[in-house]
Amino acid sequence: MAHRHIFARAALLAALLLIRSTIADVLPDNRADVFYSKYSGGGMDITGYSATARAKITENFAVEANYFVDKVSGASVDVLSQASVIKDTRKQKSGTLEYLHDKTTYTASYMSSVERDYISDTASFSLSQSMFGDLTTITLGFANTHNKVGDNGGTANKPDITWVGHALTRAYSGGVSQIITKNFIAGVNLQVITDAGYLANPYREIRYLDPTKAIGYTLASQVYPDTHTSTAVQVQAKYYLPYRAAVTGLYRYYNDTWGVVGNTYELDYTHPIANEWIFEGRVRYYKQGAATFYSDLFPFALSQNFTARDQNLAALDNTTVGAKVTYAFLPDGWKVFKRGTVTGDVSRIRFNYRDFRDIRDFGVASVPAYSPGAEPLYKFSATVYQLYVSMYF
Amino acid sequence: MRLRQIFLFATLSGPLLLCGACGIQPWVKPYERDRLADPIMAWDRDAISNAYLDHIRESREGSRGATGGAGGGCGCN
Repeated sequence: MAHRHIFARAALLAALLLIRSTIADVLPDNRADVFYSKYSGGGMDITGYSATARAKITENFAVEANYFVDKVSGASVDVLSQASVIKDTRKQKSGTLEYLHDKTTYTASYMSSVERDYISDTASFSLSQSMFGDLTTITLGFANTHNKVGDNGGTANKPDITWVGHALTRAYSGGVSQIITKNFIAGVNLQVITDAGYLANPYREIRYLDPTKAIGYTLASQVYPDTHTSTAVQVQAKYYLPYRAAVTGLYRYYNDTWGVVGNTYELDYTHPIANEWIFEGRVRYYKQGAATFYSDLFPFALSQNFTARDQNLAALDNTTVGAKVTYAFLPDGWKVFKRGTVTGDVSRIRFNYRDFRDIRDFGVASVPAYSPGAEPLYKFSATVYQLYVSMYF
Repeated sequence: MRLRQIFLFATLSGPLLLCGACGIQPWVKPYERDRLADPIMAWDRDAISNAYLDHIRESREGSRGATGGAGGGCGCN
Protein backbone atom coordinates (compact mmCIF):
# COMPACT_ATOMS: atom_id res chain seq x y z
CA MET A 1 0.00 0.00 0.00
CA ALA A 2 1.00 3.59 -0.39
CA HIS A 3 0.99 3.64 3.38
CA ARG A 4 3.69 1.07 3.89
CA HIS A 5 6.25 3.73 4.70
CA ILE A 6 3.83 5.31 7.14
CA PHE A 7 3.68 2.19 9.19
CA ALA A 8 7.39 1.49 9.31
CA ARG A 9 8.05 4.99 10.46
CA ALA A 10 5.05 5.00 12.74
CA ALA A 11 6.23 1.87 14.51
CA LEU A 12 9.65 3.37 15.07
CA LEU A 13 8.24 6.72 15.99
CA ALA A 14 5.74 5.37 18.44
CA ALA A 15 8.46 3.35 20.14
CA LEU A 16 10.57 6.44 20.46
CA LEU A 17 7.63 8.40 21.75
CA LEU A 18 7.21 5.90 24.51
CA ILE A 19 10.64 7.04 25.57
CA ARG A 20 9.62 10.61 26.00
CA SER A 21 6.85 9.86 28.45
CA THR A 22 9.53 9.05 30.96
CA ILE A 23 9.53 11.43 33.90
CA ALA A 24 12.22 11.39 36.53
CA ASP A 25 11.70 11.01 40.29
CA VAL A 26 8.09 9.82 40.35
CA LEU A 27 6.42 7.54 37.86
CA PRO A 28 3.27 8.96 36.23
CA ASP A 29 -0.21 8.14 37.54
CA ASN A 30 -2.16 5.05 36.60
CA ARG A 31 -4.39 5.77 33.65
CA ALA A 32 -6.48 4.23 30.91
CA ASP A 33 -7.15 5.86 27.53
CA VAL A 34 -9.44 5.17 24.63
CA PHE A 35 -8.62 7.04 21.45
CA TYR A 36 -10.35 7.61 18.12
CA SER A 37 -8.80 9.34 15.13
CA LYS A 38 -9.73 10.10 11.57
CA TYR A 39 -7.53 11.42 8.80
CA SER A 40 -9.19 12.55 5.61
CA GLY A 41 -7.34 14.11 2.70
CA GLY A 42 -5.50 13.48 -0.54
CA GLY A 43 -8.03 10.79 -1.46
CA MET A 44 -7.29 8.80 1.70
CA ASP A 45 -9.41 7.99 4.73
CA ILE A 46 -7.64 6.51 7.74
CA THR A 47 -9.60 5.66 10.86
CA GLY A 48 -7.74 4.70 14.02
CA TYR A 49 -8.85 3.15 17.31
CA SER A 50 -6.58 2.75 20.28
CA ALA A 51 -6.71 1.58 23.89
CA THR A 52 -3.93 2.12 26.41
CA ALA A 53 -3.62 1.05 30.02
CA ARG A 54 -0.87 1.94 32.41
CA ALA A 55 -0.40 0.82 35.99
CA LYS A 56 2.18 1.12 38.72
CA ILE A 57 2.92 -2.27 40.21
CA THR A 58 4.99 -0.63 42.92
CA GLU A 59 6.09 2.97 43.41
CA ASN A 60 9.20 2.15 41.38
CA PHE A 61 7.85 -0.13 38.69
CA ALA A 62 5.17 0.45 36.04
CA VAL A 63 3.81 -1.39 33.03
CA GLU A 64 1.94 -0.07 30.00
CA ALA A 65 0.16 -1.79 27.14
CA ASN A 66 -1.28 -0.30 23.96
CA TYR A 67 -3.35 -1.71 21.12
CA PHE A 68 -3.87 0.35 17.98
CA VAL A 69 -5.86 -0.45 14.85
CA ASP A 70 -5.65 1.63 11.67
CA LYS A 71 -8.12 1.10 8.87
CA VAL A 72 -7.00 2.59 5.57
CA SER A 73 -9.18 3.07 2.53
CA GLY A 74 -9.13 5.23 -0.56
CA ALA A 75 -6.65 5.99 -3.28
CA SER A 76 -3.78 8.44 -3.03
CA VAL A 77 -2.45 10.42 -5.96
CA ASP A 78 0.23 7.92 -6.92
CA VAL A 79 -2.13 4.98 -6.58
CA LEU A 80 -4.72 6.73 -8.75
CA SER A 81 -2.00 7.24 -11.33
CA GLN A 82 -1.71 3.46 -11.47
CA ALA A 83 -5.45 2.72 -11.32
CA SER A 84 -5.88 0.75 -8.10
CA VAL A 85 -7.28 1.45 -4.65
CA ILE A 86 -6.17 0.78 -1.10
CA LYS A 87 -7.97 -1.12 1.60
CA ASP A 88 -5.93 -2.37 4.49
CA THR A 89 -5.80 -2.72 8.25
CA ARG A 90 -2.80 -2.36 10.48
CA LYS A 91 -2.73 -3.82 13.98
CA GLN A 92 -0.12 -2.63 16.40
CA LYS A 93 0.63 -3.91 19.89
CA SER A 94 3.15 -2.54 22.31
CA GLY A 95 4.29 -3.14 25.85
CA THR A 96 6.47 -0.97 28.08
CA LEU A 97 8.22 -1.50 31.38
CA GLU A 98 9.48 1.38 33.50
CA TYR A 99 11.73 1.17 36.51
CA LEU A 100 12.60 4.12 38.70
CA HIS A 101 15.73 4.07 40.83
CA ASP A 102 16.60 7.22 42.74
CA LYS A 103 16.81 9.94 40.06
CA THR A 104 16.95 7.59 37.09
CA THR A 105 14.09 6.06 35.11
CA TYR A 106 14.83 3.07 32.87
CA THR A 107 12.33 2.30 30.11
CA ALA A 108 12.20 -0.77 27.88
CA SER A 109 9.53 -1.35 25.27
CA TYR A 110 8.61 -3.67 22.47
CA MET A 111 6.24 -3.01 19.61
CA SER A 112 4.86 -5.16 16.84
CA SER A 113 2.95 -3.82 13.83
CA VAL A 114 1.33 -6.08 11.26
CA GLU A 115 -0.48 -5.44 8.02
CA ARG A 116 -0.81 -7.85 5.18
CA ASP A 117 2.15 -6.47 3.20
CA TYR A 118 4.30 -5.00 5.98
CA ILE A 119 5.55 -6.38 9.30
CA SER A 120 7.53 -4.26 11.71
CA ASP A 121 9.06 -5.06 15.10
CA THR A 122 10.78 -2.51 17.33
CA ALA A 123 12.65 -2.92 20.59
CA SER A 124 13.75 0.20 22.42
CA PHE A 125 15.49 1.22 25.60
CA SER A 126 15.98 4.59 27.24
CA LEU A 127 17.03 6.16 30.47
CA SER A 128 16.18 9.51 31.94
CA GLN A 129 18.26 11.14 34.65
CA SER A 130 17.18 14.08 36.77
CA MET A 131 20.00 16.16 38.22
CA PHE A 132 21.14 19.54 39.53
CA GLY A 133 18.36 19.96 42.03
CA ASP A 134 15.94 18.55 39.46
CA LEU A 135 16.47 21.56 37.22
CA THR A 136 17.99 19.40 34.51
CA THR A 137 16.76 16.17 32.93
CA ILE A 138 18.92 14.20 30.51
CA THR A 139 17.47 11.43 28.33
CA LEU A 140 19.30 8.86 26.22
CA GLY A 141 17.57 6.35 23.97
CA PHE A 142 18.13 3.59 21.49
CA ALA A 143 15.65 1.74 19.25
CA ASN A 144 16.12 -1.16 16.89
CA THR A 145 13.51 -1.88 14.20
CA HIS A 146 13.21 -4.74 11.77
CA ASN A 147 10.83 -4.34 8.81
CA LYS A 148 9.64 -6.95 6.36
CA VAL A 149 8.46 -5.30 3.16
CA GLY A 150 5.84 -6.78 0.83
CA ASP A 151 4.31 -5.84 -2.49
CA ASN A 152 0.66 -6.55 -3.22
CA GLY A 153 0.47 -7.63 -6.84
CA GLY A 154 -3.22 -8.44 -6.47
CA THR A 155 -6.12 -6.15 -5.70
CA ALA A 156 -7.46 -4.56 -2.54
CA ASN A 157 -9.92 -7.42 -2.03
CA LYS A 158 -7.79 -10.24 -3.46
CA PRO A 159 -4.25 -9.54 -2.33
CA ASP A 160 -1.26 -11.37 -3.77
CA ILE A 161 1.69 -10.49 -1.55
CA THR A 162 5.30 -10.89 -2.64
CA TRP A 163 7.88 -10.19 0.06
CA VAL A 164 10.44 -7.97 -1.62
CA GLY A 165 12.95 -7.24 1.13
CA HIS A 166 13.91 -6.36 4.68
CA ALA A 167 15.05 -3.16 6.31
CA LEU A 168 16.84 -2.58 9.59
CA THR A 169 16.57 0.76 11.39
CA ARG A 170 18.54 1.95 14.39
CA ALA A 171 17.75 5.18 16.18
CA TYR A 172 19.97 6.93 18.70
CA SER A 173 18.59 9.85 20.66
CA GLY A 174 19.66 12.24 23.37
CA GLY A 175 18.00 15.20 24.98
CA VAL A 176 18.28 17.79 27.70
CA SER A 177 15.41 19.59 29.39
CA GLN A 178 16.34 22.57 31.53
CA ILE A 179 14.39 24.78 33.92
CA ILE A 180 15.62 28.30 33.18
CA THR A 181 13.42 30.34 35.53
CA LYS A 182 10.28 29.67 37.55
CA ASN A 183 8.29 30.57 34.39
CA PHE A 184 10.49 29.22 31.64
CA ILE A 185 11.72 25.80 30.52
CA ALA A 186 13.72 24.89 27.42
CA GLY A 187 15.01 21.73 25.83
CA VAL A 188 17.05 20.33 22.98
CA ASN A 189 16.77 16.90 21.37
CA LEU A 190 19.11 15.19 18.96
CA GLN A 191 18.31 12.03 17.04
CA VAL A 192 20.38 10.10 14.53
CA ILE A 193 18.62 7.33 12.62
CA THR A 194 20.25 4.85 10.25
CA ASP A 195 18.47 2.47 7.87
CA ALA A 196 19.82 -0.38 5.79
CA GLY A 197 18.06 -2.72 3.37
CA TYR A 198 15.02 -2.26 1.14
CA LEU A 199 14.07 1.38 1.70
CA ALA A 200 11.86 2.24 -1.28
CA ASN A 201 8.08 2.19 -1.42
CA PRO A 202 7.28 -0.48 -4.05
CA TYR A 203 3.90 1.13 -4.82
CA ARG A 204 5.44 4.37 -6.02
CA GLU A 205 7.07 4.64 -9.43
CA ILE A 206 9.22 7.02 -11.40
CA ARG A 207 8.39 8.21 -14.89
CA TYR A 208 10.72 9.08 -17.74
CA LEU A 209 10.19 10.71 -21.11
CA ASP A 210 9.21 8.26 -23.82
CA PRO A 211 8.28 9.73 -27.22
CA THR A 212 6.99 6.35 -28.37
CA LYS A 213 4.04 6.62 -25.92
CA ALA A 214 0.99 8.77 -26.61
CA ILE A 215 1.14 10.20 -23.10
CA GLY A 216 4.83 10.99 -23.57
CA TYR A 217 6.28 9.01 -20.66
CA THR A 218 6.69 5.52 -19.21
CA LEU A 219 6.42 4.42 -15.56
CA ALA A 220 9.22 2.33 -14.01
CA SER A 221 10.36 1.07 -10.62
CA GLN A 222 12.17 3.35 -8.21
CA VAL A 223 15.79 2.51 -7.33
CA TYR A 224 16.86 3.63 -3.85
CA PRO A 225 20.21 3.45 -2.07
CA ASP A 226 20.43 0.59 0.44
CA THR A 227 21.44 2.90 3.27
CA HIS A 228 20.09 6.10 4.77
CA THR A 229 21.22 8.15 7.75
CA SER A 230 19.40 11.18 9.11
CA THR A 231 20.16 13.75 11.78
CA ALA A 232 17.55 15.91 13.43
CA VAL A 233 17.97 18.57 16.11
CA GLN A 234 15.02 20.22 17.79
CA VAL A 235 15.05 23.11 20.24
CA GLN A 236 11.93 24.05 22.15
CA ALA A 237 10.94 26.49 24.84
CA LYS A 238 7.84 26.97 26.94
CA TYR A 239 6.94 30.11 28.85
CA TYR A 240 4.30 30.67 31.52
CA LEU A 241 2.66 34.01 30.79
CA PRO A 242 1.87 36.61 33.48
CA TYR A 243 -1.67 35.22 33.57
CA ARG A 244 -2.39 31.48 33.63
CA ALA A 245 -1.51 30.49 30.07
CA ALA A 246 1.53 29.11 28.29
CA VAL A 247 3.18 29.70 24.96
CA THR A 248 5.46 27.13 23.32
CA GLY A 249 7.85 27.60 20.42
CA LEU A 250 9.95 25.01 18.66
CA TYR A 251 12.32 24.74 15.74
CA ARG A 252 13.71 21.58 14.15
CA TYR A 253 16.52 21.23 11.65
CA TYR A 254 16.80 18.01 9.66
CA ASN A 255 19.20 16.66 7.07
CA ASP A 256 20.04 13.25 5.70
CA THR A 257 22.41 11.41 3.38
CA TRP A 258 19.83 11.54 0.58
CA GLY A 259 20.14 15.31 0.44
CA VAL A 260 16.84 16.19 2.10
CA VAL A 261 17.03 19.30 4.30
CA GLY A 262 13.96 20.22 6.32
CA ASN A 263 13.01 23.06 8.66
CA THR A 264 10.05 22.98 11.04
CA TYR A 265 8.60 25.89 13.01
CA GLU A 266 5.74 25.63 15.50
CA LEU A 267 4.00 27.96 17.90
CA ASP A 268 1.40 26.80 20.46
CA TYR A 269 -0.77 28.73 22.88
CA THR A 270 -2.43 26.97 25.83
CA HIS A 271 -5.15 28.68 27.87
CA PRO A 272 -7.01 27.01 30.74
CA ILE A 273 -10.30 28.24 32.14
CA ALA A 274 -10.84 27.40 35.80
CA ASN A 275 -9.80 23.83 36.49
CA GLU A 276 -12.18 22.29 34.00
CA TRP A 277 -11.16 23.46 30.55
CA ILE A 278 -7.89 23.72 28.66
CA PHE A 279 -7.92 25.31 25.21
CA GLU A 280 -4.97 25.06 22.87
CA GLY A 281 -4.23 26.52 19.45
CA ARG A 282 -1.21 25.79 17.25
CA VAL A 283 0.36 26.84 13.99
CA ARG A 284 3.07 24.78 12.30
CA TYR A 285 5.04 25.39 9.13
CA TYR A 286 7.31 22.85 7.49
CA LYS A 287 9.50 23.14 4.40
CA GLN A 288 11.96 20.74 2.79
CA GLY A 289 14.20 20.47 -0.24
CA ALA A 290 14.18 17.45 -2.56
CA ALA A 291 16.42 14.39 -2.31
CA THR A 292 19.35 14.41 -4.72
CA PHE A 293 17.99 11.43 -6.68
CA TYR A 294 14.40 12.67 -6.83
CA SER A 295 12.84 13.88 -10.05
CA ASP A 296 9.26 14.28 -11.16
CA LEU A 297 10.27 13.34 -14.72
CA PHE A 298 13.54 11.67 -15.68
CA PRO A 299 14.94 12.34 -19.19
CA PHE A 300 15.25 8.68 -20.18
CA ALA A 301 15.32 5.15 -18.72
CA LEU A 302 18.22 4.38 -16.35
CA SER A 303 19.41 7.96 -16.59
CA GLN A 304 21.09 7.69 -13.18
CA ASN A 305 21.97 5.05 -10.57
CA PHE A 306 19.27 5.99 -8.07
CA THR A 307 15.85 7.24 -9.05
CA ALA A 308 12.83 8.25 -6.97
CA ARG A 309 9.49 9.91 -7.52
CA ASP A 310 8.11 9.47 -4.03
CA GLN A 311 6.38 12.71 -3.05
CA ASN A 312 7.88 12.46 0.46
CA LEU A 313 11.27 13.15 -1.13
CA ALA A 314 10.06 16.05 -3.29
CA ALA A 315 10.51 19.73 -2.47
CA LEU A 316 7.41 20.63 -0.48
CA ASP A 317 5.95 22.74 2.25
CA ASN A 318 2.91 22.40 4.47
CA THR A 319 1.06 24.54 6.96
CA THR A 320 -0.99 23.24 9.88
CA VAL A 321 -3.55 25.10 11.94
CA GLY A 322 -4.95 23.15 14.88
CA ALA A 323 -7.14 23.51 17.94
CA LYS A 324 -7.65 21.31 20.96
CA VAL A 325 -9.99 21.44 23.92
CA THR A 326 -9.80 19.29 27.06
CA TYR A 327 -12.58 19.02 29.62
CA ALA A 328 -11.87 17.60 33.07
CA PHE A 329 -14.69 15.71 34.78
CA LEU A 330 -15.18 13.73 38.00
CA PRO A 331 -13.11 16.17 40.07
CA ASP A 332 -14.08 14.26 43.21
CA GLY A 333 -13.54 10.85 41.67
CA TRP A 334 -15.88 7.94 41.09
CA LYS A 335 -15.33 4.40 42.38
CA VAL A 336 -11.72 3.52 41.53
CA PHE A 337 -11.23 6.58 39.33
CA LYS A 338 -9.67 9.74 40.72
CA ARG A 339 -10.59 11.94 37.75
CA GLY A 340 -11.10 11.92 34.01
CA THR A 341 -10.60 14.07 30.94
CA VAL A 342 -12.12 14.12 27.48
CA THR A 343 -10.27 15.83 24.63
CA GLY A 344 -11.22 16.83 21.10
CA ASP A 345 -8.59 17.92 18.60
CA VAL A 346 -8.87 19.04 14.99
CA SER A 347 -6.07 20.01 12.59
CA ARG A 348 -6.20 21.29 9.06
CA ILE A 349 -3.06 20.74 6.94
CA ARG A 350 -2.35 22.28 3.55
CA PHE A 351 0.28 20.46 1.48
CA ASN A 352 2.04 22.14 -1.45
CA TYR A 353 4.49 20.28 -3.68
CA ARG A 354 6.97 22.32 -5.64
CA ASP A 355 8.28 19.62 -7.98
CA PHE A 356 5.76 16.79 -7.78
CA ARG A 357 3.14 17.02 -10.50
CA ASP A 358 -0.42 15.73 -10.48
CA ILE A 359 -0.64 13.17 -13.29
CA ARG A 360 -4.04 11.77 -12.27
CA ASP A 361 -6.50 11.72 -15.15
CA PHE A 362 -3.92 13.22 -17.43
CA GLY A 363 -1.97 10.08 -18.14
CA VAL A 364 -4.75 7.77 -19.25
CA ALA A 365 -6.45 9.85 -21.92
CA SER A 366 -5.61 9.00 -25.52
CA VAL A 367 -4.96 12.69 -26.12
CA PRO A 368 -3.26 13.98 -22.98
CA ALA A 369 -4.33 17.36 -21.67
CA TYR A 370 -0.77 18.28 -20.75
CA SER A 371 2.63 17.50 -22.16
CA PRO A 372 4.90 15.61 -19.71
CA GLY A 373 6.32 17.93 -17.09
CA ALA A 374 3.67 20.60 -17.69
CA GLU A 375 0.96 19.07 -15.48
CA PRO A 376 -0.17 21.19 -12.52
CA LEU A 377 1.81 20.85 -9.31
CA TYR A 378 0.12 18.59 -6.78
CA LYS A 379 -1.51 20.11 -3.71
CA PHE A 380 -4.14 18.96 -1.26
CA SER A 381 -5.63 19.64 2.15
CA ALA A 382 -6.23 17.16 4.93
CA THR A 383 -8.26 17.26 8.12
CA VAL A 384 -7.29 15.28 11.20
CA TYR A 385 -9.79 14.62 13.97
CA GLN A 386 -9.00 13.13 17.36
CA LEU A 387 -11.27 12.30 20.26
CA TYR A 388 -10.07 10.57 23.41
CA VAL A 389 -11.02 9.90 26.99
CA SER A 390 -8.44 9.49 29.74
CA MET A 391 -9.29 8.04 33.14
CA TYR A 392 -6.85 8.30 36.05
CA PHE A 393 -6.93 5.84 38.91
CA MET B 1 57.83 27.85 25.26
CA ARG B 2 56.76 25.20 27.73
CA LEU B 3 56.52 27.83 30.48
CA ARG B 4 54.23 29.86 28.25
CA GLN B 5 51.93 26.84 27.76
CA ILE B 6 51.73 26.27 31.52
CA PHE B 7 50.96 29.94 32.07
CA LEU B 8 48.27 29.84 29.40
CA PHE B 9 46.70 26.69 30.91
CA ALA B 10 46.71 28.23 34.38
CA THR B 11 45.14 31.43 33.07
CA LEU B 12 42.33 29.62 31.29
CA SER B 13 41.61 26.96 33.90
CA GLY B 14 41.86 29.26 36.93
CA PRO B 15 38.40 30.82 36.62
CA LEU B 16 36.85 27.40 36.02
CA LEU B 17 38.46 26.00 39.17
CA LEU B 18 37.34 29.02 41.17
CA CYS B 19 33.82 28.66 39.79
CA GLY B 20 33.81 24.99 40.78
CA ALA B 21 34.89 25.92 44.25
CA CYS B 22 32.05 28.42 44.52
CA GLY B 23 29.56 25.75 43.39
CA ILE B 24 26.58 26.84 41.30
CA GLN B 25 23.41 26.11 43.23
CA PRO B 26 20.03 25.27 41.64
CA TRP B 27 18.55 28.73 41.22
CA VAL B 28 14.86 27.79 41.05
CA LYS B 29 13.88 26.35 44.41
CA PRO B 30 11.34 23.52 44.69
CA TYR B 31 8.78 25.85 46.29
CA GLU B 32 9.10 28.19 43.26
CA ARG B 33 8.03 25.54 40.75
CA ASP B 34 4.26 25.67 41.13
CA ARG B 35 3.82 27.24 37.68
CA LEU B 36 6.13 24.70 36.11
CA ALA B 37 4.05 21.96 37.71
CA ASP B 38 0.87 23.22 36.02
CA PRO B 39 -0.29 20.70 33.36
CA ILE B 40 -0.19 23.46 30.73
CA MET B 41 3.62 23.52 31.14
CA ALA B 42 4.12 19.80 30.39
CA TRP B 43 6.14 19.05 27.26
CA ASP B 44 3.95 16.12 26.43
CA ARG B 45 0.49 16.61 27.92
CA ASP B 46 -1.12 14.09 25.54
CA ALA B 47 1.50 11.54 24.50
CA ILE B 48 -0.86 9.35 22.46
CA SER B 49 -2.25 12.32 20.54
CA ASN B 50 1.21 13.77 19.91
CA ALA B 51 2.45 10.39 18.69
CA TYR B 52 -0.46 10.22 16.28
CA LEU B 53 0.17 13.72 14.90
CA ASP B 54 3.87 12.91 14.49
CA HIS B 55 2.82 9.75 12.66
CA ILE B 56 0.70 11.82 10.25
CA ARG B 57 3.59 14.20 9.60
CA GLU B 58 6.39 11.68 9.28
CA SER B 59 4.45 9.66 6.75
CA ARG B 60 4.14 12.68 4.47
CA GLU B 61 7.41 14.49 5.01
CA GLY B 62 11.03 13.59 4.38
CA SER B 63 12.04 14.60 7.92
CA ARG B 64 11.89 12.42 10.98
CA GLY B 65 13.08 12.27 14.59
CA ALA B 66 14.01 14.51 17.53
CA THR B 67 10.41 15.44 18.32
CA GLY B 68 10.42 14.02 21.85
CA GLY B 69 10.89 16.11 24.92
CA ALA B 70 13.75 15.07 27.15
CA GLY B 71 11.69 13.77 30.03
CA GLY B 72 9.66 16.02 32.27
CA GLY B 73 10.80 19.57 32.64
CA CYS B 74 9.10 20.17 35.95
CA GLY B 75 11.37 18.47 38.45
CA CYS B 76 8.90 19.59 41.05
CA ASN B 77 8.65 16.49 43.22
